Amino acid sequence: MTPVTGDQWADLQGAALLGTDRRPLPEPGSPLAASVDRTEPATALLDLAALAAVRRRAGALPAPAVDTPAPAPDDTRPALPELAARRLAVLLGTRGGHGSTANLAELLPQWLAVARAHGYRLPPALVPALLDAARARSELRADAVALAGPLGRWLAPQNPDWRYVTRTATDPDGLDRPGELLWQEGLFAERVTHLTGLRRTDPAAGLALLASTWATERAEDRVLFLDALQDGLSGADEEFLEAALGDRSKNVRATAAELLSTLPGSALAARMADRARAVVRHDGGRLHITPPTACDAAMQRDGIPVKSPTGRGERAWWFGEVAAAAPLTVWTADTGLTPEQLLAVPTVDADGDGGGAEWAEDLREAWARAAVRQQNADWARALLGAPPRPGRESRTPGAPAKLLAVLSPAERASWTAAFVQTHGLGDAFQLLGACATPWTPPLSTAVVAALKRAAELGSYPWSHSGVLGMTERALAPETAPAVEALAADTSPDTAWADTFTRLAGTLRFRQAMLGELTAG
Amino acid sequence: MEERWSTEHVLSLAPDPASQKAAGKLSGPAPWSSAGTGRGALWGLCKGSGSTPYRTAVELGTPAYKCSCPSRKFPCKHAVGLLLLWASGPEAVAPAAEPPDWVSEWLNGRSQAAADKAVKQQAKAADADPEASRKRAAKRSARVAAGALDLRLRLADGVRRGLADPLPAGAWDEVAARMVDAQAPGLAARVRALADTPQDALLEEFAMLHLLAGAYGRIDTLPEELAATVRTRVGFTTDAAELLAGPTVRDRWQVLGSRDTADERLTTRRVWLRGAKTGRDALLLAFGRPGQAPDLALPTGRLLEADLAFHPGARPLRAVLGTRYGSPEPAPVAVPAGLSPAEALAGYGTAVAEDPWLDSWPAVLADVVPVLTPDGWQLTDGRGTLPVRRGALADAALWRLASVSAGHPVTLFGECGHAGFTPVTAWDAEHRPVGLG
Repeated sequence: MTPVTGDQWADLQGAALLGTDRRPLPEPGSPLAASVDRTEPATALLDLAALAAVRRRAGALPAPAVDTPAPAPDDTRPALPELAARRLAVLLGTRGGHGSTANLAELLPQWLAVARAHGYRLPPALVPALLDAARARSELRADAVALAGPLGRWLAPQNPDWRYVTRTATDPDGLDRPGELLWQEGLFAERVTHLTGLRRTDPAAGLALLASTWATERAEDRVLFLDALQDGLSGADEEFLEAALGDRSKNVRATAAELLSTLPGSALAARMADRARAVVRHDGGRLHITPPTACDAAMQRDGIPVKSPTGRGERAWWFGEVAAAAPLTVWTADTGLTPEQLLAVPTVDADGDGGGAEWAEDLREAWARAAVRQQNADWARALLGAPPRPGRESRTPGAPAKLLAVLSPAERASWTAAFVQTHGLGDAFQLLGACATPWTPPLSTAVVAALKRAAELGSYPWSHSGVLGMTERALAPETAPAVEALAADTSPDTAWADTFTRLAGTLRFRQAMLGELTAG
Repeated sequence: MEERWSTEHVLSLAPDPASQKAAGKLSGPAPWSSAGTGRGALWGLCKGSGSTPYRTAVELGTPAYKCSCPSRKFPCKHAVGLLLLWASGPEAVAPAAEPPDWVSEWLNGRSQAAADKAVKQQAKAADADPEASRKRAAKRSARVAAGALDLRLRLADGVRRGLADPLPAGAWDEVAARMVDAQAPGLAARVRALADTPQDALLEEFAMLHLLAGAYGRIDTLPEELAATVRTRVGFTTDAAELLAGPTVRDRWQVLGSRDTADERLTTRRVWLRGAKTGRDALLLAFGRPGQAPDLALPTGRLLEADLAFHPGARPLRAVLGTRYGSPEPAPVAVPAGLSPAEALAGYGTAVAEDPWLDSWPAVLADVVPVLTPDGWQLTDGRGTLPVRRGALADAALWRLASVSAGHPVTLFGECGHAGFTPVTAWDAEHRPVGLG
């Protein structure tokens, strides 16, 4: 603001700072000031200052206009329904905004994902709190930035806390796609984001962009840029990846090899297929295993490390690497057997001393890696085996959660439900984590039944805290009555009663929350 | 039927953020049974971890709360949770003709207690010995006058020695303690604030205190309204019941905004109103102990027909709420008419001419854009610019304002003063009020 002038304020201030013992009283500047009794200089100074202060306050004028930034672009998405907006305010705890209780914090990601899928526009008053929340929790960022929309991108450059917004990929359609300039000058994370986005819409353009600067990129960046090629990977990338097999960096070579091995019909896949045929021969109802005797230069170039990082025996290590990198179609095509049948074929050591059963495990392990890498559902299903049934002990080797992720969501859920029915929740954490949320009703029912059994067996709820946390997020809302019945049946004032009451409350909350979002 | 409140309004009743979170978890139908609303009240049974559910009831008018839970928080999470449930929609809490007995008993007890209190007050007023109270008042006036004179001497000492020489730590606390002894808490508070005043602002504060202490010294010669202002600022209080017994102003008051501030002893809620007929500004104050929300709840944007009694003064603003006529209803014109920055500042100038100690005056700004500049947040209408008063609002609130505006002009209610503008309420593009407190 512009204070009034001609009020001797500076003179008064100077006299007051040094003291009227040392400074003379300023001469009166107005008739009113002239009427002040000057007998006692200190009192007179305060009188004069009071006159001037009130004059300044009463007469202050606004400062001239300042430049205003261009307003945020319009957001044409439909407005969030009123009830859902209130829910978001509760989830964000906008009033106060301190640490969240566990289950509300667990529900925020789900709310954001569903609201984003509906394509709503948020009430502007909630956008800053959302951007703050996503600053602290990076897993929320993609959904938060997408929901904040043009307003979020308009706000973010003004607040250093929200710098992450411009680096977060939102929409594959790219509302404000940064271009060539970003690739040339952007931060590493921005460049990866840009490349990934481009690969999803125009893989060839993404490859061309990467190739244009490839020679000048740092080795550790090259690895991550190569990873980005996984999106939209096709035969068109093969030449580039083949060249990368000769890269100076070992990690770049390994990544290129891994990508090529997942590319059916690539030259590397064909070379690996040849090597696989040399080490495994199907004959007379057996698989004869001849592990490689050396890791030659060509094998190394194709991404097989000479030494096992975990110190396995050399030949067993090379064998596993070859079998895992070969296209899975080699085995079925060459033998005419299905994956299930192949898994049942015994292995023998080709050296012919009758041993070799131990190769079966190595081969299974390699096939499991290949099934995950090549996203082959037939093999993943065969390796997982039939869903376990009560009374029939069957365990899957390797990492079942990874194999499970290759299957369709429905298959994942029904396999996991069967697993939970047989084995309880003890080993189910990763499997449940691989299932899509919300869980299907059968899976939800299986989990509730397993919780009931755990309560009856007298175990402690906190020994299942990981699964319980996930359950609050993922259990089908339709299961709420069953959980409420469970809460009512459990003896009151026990830890399990609290657990079930809380779980039921969370389920109802989630049900209401999702209902509001679809009501719009 | 009682208009349902917004979630934000309900959450503002919660005593602290932890209670808001806890209440949020109770805002779904799951824990509640036998919930209903009627006779201006809301009730329900809330299942907790025990075998007996808690009985929770809220009287919506005051509002007042009752719950059988053992929490010392007030209102407790059950009461706030029940209000949230009710606020979420008509299907959540069904209207009932008659509340259950335990609610009726409580409501009847409350109206009986209110009647008793009124009777007692009348009796007290009749019993009071006018001679004794006159003597008490004279004694206090003399003590305050002595304190004010003492303060003037201290201030004069300060400028004689020079303000560049800082006083030893605690010196102002000592002077403040003397003002408390002199029964002048208003002077004490201003003196205490001097310890945190930057040097270049010290002369202004000295001068205004000097003016106030001097005005009290010759209070008998001042016009009646100005004398009342001086007495209030020095620290004399006026009894609300006494005020309501005097003249009141009946109007349809639009709630322009509210803000809570808290220190370790007290939560203070300020609610600003503007009369639809009279155009008068009014400020209601309500207090709560820490952990308790002040018991005044008026949703911003609503219109309330009521009697207000203003505290006397040269520029009356603070008021107490008397009789209400009906519940707050939505205002017909959601966004109040506003002023330019220059007009708002001129309005403050006019007010200062009547009460020189006024720091600010309520104002609605029309069509201002909040802009973050190297000198802090500014509000501009393309002709004039007001700074947002520094330190008046948390950063989060200012960003909320920026987000609501999105670079477009907004209507903004707040306090306009010599140190800048303190935003309280902004109206968004859909004409809904957004609280910035």
